[in-house]
Amino acid sequence: MVSFLHALSAWSIPIMIVLIPLYAAFRKVPVYETFIDGAKDGFQTAVSIIPHLVGMMTAIGMFRASGAMDAMLGLVRPLFERIGIPGEVLPLGLLRPISGSGSLAYVTDLIKTHGPDSMIARIASTIQGSTDTTLYVLTVYFGAIGIRKTRYALKVGLFSDAVGFFAAAAACWLLF
Amino acid sequence: MVNWIWLGMILFSVVYAAANGRVQQVTEAAFSGAQTGVTVCIGLISILVFWLGLMRIAEASGLVAKLARAVAPAVRWLFPDVPRDHPAFGYILSNMSANLLGLGNAATPMGIRAMQELQKLNPDPNTATPAMCTLLALNTASITLVPTTLIAIRMNFGSQHPTDIVASTLLATIVSTGAAILADRWYRYRSGPPPLMIPSATETKGG
Repeated sequence: MVSFLHALSAWSIPIMIVLIPLYAAFRKVPVYETFIDGAKDGFQTAVSIIPHLVGMMTAIGMFRASGAMDAMLGLVRPLFERIGIPGEVLPLGLLRPISGSGSLAYVTDLIKTHGPDSMIARIASTIQGSTDTTLYVLTVYFGAIGIRKTRYALKVGLFSDAVGFFAAAAACWLLF
Repeated sequence: MVNWIWLGMILFSVVYAAANGRVQQVTEAAFSGAQTGVTVCIGLISILVFWLGLMRIAEASGLVAKLARAVAPAVRWLFPDVPRDHPAFGYILSNMSANLLGLGNAATPMGIRAMQELQKLNPDPNTATPAMCTLLALNTASITLVPTTLIAIRMNFGSQHPTDIVASTLLATIVSTGAAILADRWYRYRSGPPPLMIPSATETKGG
């Protein structure tokens, strides 16, 4: 099952790259010109995200470097250890929604330090794999179309991150 | 809320750093953070240019509309205010399937295209519509079948069963996606009928 899914992930992109232009050519679409036409928008879109992402990354960088994040986590650590969530995993709860590369680096470090088959590494991998970087997704998706008022979107994203964090720990205790 | 989180992070960081003598590090982090923001966007340029080009072909050939018609019944209940057969559905489905397969850099351009389509239905381009919030909720929860990156890392460090996190990840991702959908629904109804003219937009589209 897993190897089938791996093959599906590996093949889906090359198949799309071949099939989409092939189908379009059958429908008499000038494929290359159409590609260039659409591709032009890509640059504009990427550039329009820059201010949003710079603003967000600045705040996140400061927050991590100041040590404020670690201090906050130190306060709640005993509480989480009591319900079976190892303290080592805790920083992920804050790091995962704000920084994808930061949290991946942190998980990699946990895997290295505690061994890939330790409970800590399994819980951390599950947390990393089951949620996405909420703040990044929000910044990029809404930044690309110029949305300023995000309404309740961030609340929903952070709520599901919190649920995912506990669900990941629970799933690991259940399965391993 | 974004305003408060942003201000809070900056304020809290500087105050905490000042109390602990880490002002220098925080200043450096501010600028290196800004640099990361630009670097990430530069990385996005090639991905967006490529995928938006390919997707324009899919659009021109009628493939997106076809896909939208085929899947709309399945995902329409999540997006009740998007008109039937709207091309946004085609992109929403592409975005969701790319997420499922763990194809992060294909998922983002498709999600952005879907947002652009939803923006066309938005009477106030500065404010997110409920449909946009739902699409965002699905993406932040990101239901994943195979966490490929993590399996690779576990293999690198000599795991005996690198793929055994597939089951726990699937379980956790289903729970968190379910929570995201429920929370999104709750806020959608609590905020009442949106201050938007979606119904009339539906009429003009249908007519």
